[in-house]
Amino acid sequence: MCSGLTYRFGDHVAVDHVDLRIEPGETFGLLGPNGAGKTTTIRMLTTLLKPAEGRVTVFGTDTVAQPMRVRRMIGYVPQLLSADATLTGRENVELFARLFDVPRRDRDGRVEEALSAMGLTEPAQRLVKTYSGGMVRRLELAQALVNAPRLLILDEPTVGLDPIARSDVWEHITRLRERAGMTVLMTTHHMEEADLYCDRVSLMHHGTVRATDSPANLKALLGPDASLDEVFRHYTGGTLDEDTAKGGIRDIRRARRTARRLG
Amino acid sequence: MTSAAPGAPPAVSAEPGPGPLGPEAYSPRVGLRQLGSRMLTLCWVELRKIRHDRTEMYTRAIQPALWLIIFGETFTKIHAISTPNGIPYLAYLAPGIIAQSALFVAIFYGIQIIWERDAGVLTKLMVTPTPRSALITGKAFAAGLRSIVQAAVVVILAAILGVALTDNPLKLLATACVVVLGSAFFSCLSMSIAGVALSRDRLMGIGQAITMPLFFSSNALYPTRLMPGWLQAISKVNPLSYEVDALRGLLIGVPTNIWLDVGVLVLAATAAVVVASALLPRLAK
Repeated sequence: MCSGLTYRFGDHVAVDHVDLRIEPGETFGLLGPNGAGKTTTIRMLTTLLKPAEGRVTVFGTDTVAQPMRVRRMIGYVPQLLSADATLTGRENVELFARLFDVPRRDRDGRVEEALSAMGLTEPAQRLVKTYSGGMVRRLELAQALVNAPRLLILDEPTVGLDPIARSDVWEHITRLRERAGMTVLMTTHHMEEADLYCDRVSLMHHGTVRATDSPANLKALLGPDASLDEVFRHYTGGTLDEDTAKGGIRDIRRARRTARRLG
Repeated sequence: MTSAAPGAPPAVSAEPGPGPLGPEAYSPRVGLRQLGSRMLTLCWVELRKIRHDRTEMYTRAIQPALWLIIFGETFTKIHAISTPNGIPYLAYLAPGIIAQSALFVAIFYGIQIIWERDAGVLTKLMVTPTPRSALITGKAFAAGLRSIVQAAVVVILAAILGVALTDNPLKLLATACVVVLGSAFFSCLSMSIAGVALSRDRLMGIGQAITMPLFFSSNALYPTRLMPGWLQAISKVNPLSYEVDALRGLLIGVPTNIWLDVGVLVLAATAAVVVASALLPRLAK
């Protein structure tokens, strides 16, 4: 899906010659600490950033040459909880149905389907500012699903959620995958989540991919009792928390903004 | 260690299959149809927002009311400003205040886009099949819609104060179009500033700093011929003057060159859309 992918912020190489190949139908995890280059990679995949070097294709379509075509194939849930709090849940989903050109005759049905798939039929008429964090995340999934994407991209899908909301969101994602068999690409720095939900993972560190395999195979290399945390340490020599200071201020600001929005 | 073997084909071609909710392919809208569809969509969103929260509509009505009731009534009494054809000053002022209240709505519209940036909504909008220019144009017209609501409040207020405005529905429709065009320009100006300033506080500051100069250097309060030469020159390049001019022509029948006014507004709005679209990626970084 991408080869030789590189992106620089000034002199800092955020993503350094990354090659990834994601198979249709699988759930693929990009694993790494803050500042590893996961989000920058995702932003190139979603056509938001143009790669400095290398090439990204989504189901054979080049993201630079045909960005609109690529956008029609993907559903994207960014790291921030990002639904419009001044609209109702239903309106948030309908907005995306309209922006993805879902024909008018199908629109209502699709919006209802997406909402009900995420268990949001009942609160759909309420303004989003009354939603909990977990509900906003499910609403975002409904928004991403309304155009029936072939590739669902989730950037830290459970960041900032409490454990109950986290397992609830995962339950919905899993059910959806079982039903639709769509390809999912997610980033996370929660090892347990990658272990539980991903078919394969890539370990990213300082902008490079250090290893790619199924969580089971990666762990097997280090012995039967190894955790994915230990695997990460083995391949990168670092831990998942070490770079927090680097992305720190930005992340703290984001977390605060999220907290403010959710009251 | 990387996942793809060297020389492996970079692309994966998945067998086309139904998405989770049915077929994935819609006939994509392109070009002007897409632009029209995006404008409608973003105007629809704006209408829903106005419906959910009308506080802003009411609070924003206070300032134009003060201008008309206090400033307008007083200056009508003291005959301080000579108006063309001797029309009452209040009638002369009303279109200026309509343009002003639309300007106030539009010039701070960029705050919304910064809020959307901070909330992550903008990123999501930019990953939909919506070209940047369509997104900006849609937002510009959504701002215009909000301005129309505001302008309608002032029109009603002026009518209550006894100003004889036109009741010709076509002219009222044209008035709405002029208000939308003016707001499209000023909201794009605001979104361009947002793209440069990148923070809400800075945008607020710049917005405050330019609103009054824009207002006072236009013909909203007094005819241009009463201005000193240097101010007349500024007024000539201030799109607000052309907006006010068109509104006076339509609402109170002051002779104007309406096509020149509309032409300038269309050109200004188009140029502002181009600039704001070019600056939009700065907000998404």
